[in-house]
Amino acid sequence: MSVHLNKEIHRLKELMTGLCTKVETSMTKALAAVLNHDKKLAAEIVANDREIDTLEIKIEEECLKILALHQPVAIDLRYVIACLKMNNELERIGDLSANIAKGIREIPNAKVISDVETSNLRLMMHEAQKMLKDSLDALFELDANLALEVCRNDDIVDDLNKKMHLEIAKCIKNKPENVEYYMRMLFISRNIERIADYTTNLSEDIIYMIDGDIIRHGKGADDKKTQTGGQDG
Amino acid sequence: MDNDTQKSLITVNTDAASENPDSILNTEEFSIFYGDFEAVRKVSCSFFKHHVTAIIGPSGCGKSTLLRGMNRMNDLIPGCRADGKMIFDNANIYDRTIDVVQLRKRIGMVFQKPNVFPKSIFDNVCYGPRLHGIRKRSQLEEIVERSLNQAAIWDEVKDRLHTNAIGLSGGQQQRLCIARALAITPEIILMDEPTSALDPKSTTKIEDLIGELQKEYTIVIVTHNMQQAARISHFTVFMYEGDMIEFGKTQKLFTKPEKKETEDYITGRFG
Repeated sequence: MSVHLNKEIHRLKELMTGLCTKVETSMTKALAAVLNHDKKLAAEIVANDREIDTLEIKIEEECLKILALHQPVAIDLRYVIACLKMNNELERIGDLSANIAKGIREIPNAKVISDVETSNLRLMMHEAQKMLKDSLDALFELDANLALEVCRNDDIVDDLNKKMHLEIAKCIKNKPENVEYYMRMLFISRNIERIADYTTNLSEDIIYMIDGDIIRHGKGADDKKTQTGGQDG
Repeated sequence: MDNDTQKSLITVNTDAASENPDSILNTEEFSIFYGDFEAVRKVSCSFFKHHVTAIIGPSGCGKSTLLRGMNRMNDLIPGCRADGKMIFDNANIYDRTIDVVQLRKRIGMVFQKPNVFPKSIFDNVCYGPRLHGIRKRSQLEEIVERSLNQAAIWDEVKDRLHTNAIGLSGGQQQRLCIARALAITPEIILMDEPTSALDPKSTTKIEDLIGELQKEYTIVIVTHNMQQAARISHFTVFMYEGDMIEFGKTQKLFTKPEKKETEDYITGRFG
């Protein structure tokens, strides 16, 4: 690899590490803010989202510069292309974390939270957080199997989100006076589910980067799953 | 390198073969020796009709030797001999019965440096057809116009066909050489780094021309410029120290090569 390209890729890796850290922190804080009804923390998350947005643009510019000036091929090309896509997905996860934070700020009465927060929402948060952590581990350790595992776990979060819908419908029926609060919870649940979706996309990009296989929309995913002993889900 | 290691290094991309139409030229365990030195080692590979195949690899890997072996240009080098088979039109071109002049009519060649003859543009293009017995003026004129048109240089030289070709620019000379190769209507055109001596604008013209020519001809090109190989070829052969390391669709080879040696070379991590 030319010294120049090597330097550029190294710089891109540093920027990506920074973005991953910021996004993971933002999500962790958003979930903590939900559990602790911490409106101050929620406000901090919303304010910090701008840093993620700025970094996203910087990374995109860096990727475009590398493509235009160095015309990378093979693993270098796959890395830059994956970064372009992961960058976008990470920024969206940052946005969704900020959305969750905004949702917490707008909850009118914190006292009623105990109905739903202890059940499926807590499980959803745990699963989504684990998915993001695993996908970032897969990125830094170049572990395609771990990334594939993350893709499979998306179904767990989808199921929990459906259960949340049923649970909240029941709550609204029982305590219609708290409907506004329950709707906020539904909104938070929906955002967590979307974070899991973007994390799945992130993992698919990581698999492309490592193996060169595009497994989106089921393409090649079955083979991959067979290789790692996984099941369709 | 022993035979097993040699085999393990070779990867033929099955996607390329299954989707591909007819092969026009096939090498079977084809080797070329300069004295005792094996410059090309047991290469088995297919070249497909109306497609561009690029041969890449570091200096001294045997890519030009392999290319020249495709129309027996190496016969002219003392001590050079070939082993294995190079099958074209159901015959091994190295069979004693093969007429080399006829072979080179069907498999033409364009070299690294434009090698125009110190003759008029017209005579340069007519050189091959005249050698093959065409004497009629009207027929020669037709060949000249067709060949120069195909080589995308007709408009630039049509008003000075009888001036000396030496006066053309480097890029024009190279296109004239391509026109000269086309004049004898070959089926395959071999190009040995045809743009390495040209400026970027002339290089673009030749690359565009290759894109047009592949509709009617099969092209095999040796190039040091990997971006050029990526831009213009459908298939790529990667050679290293006389071995064919990988052969497959260009798109795949440049995005997801099968062999580490290929990846290391195309990403510049070689050695």
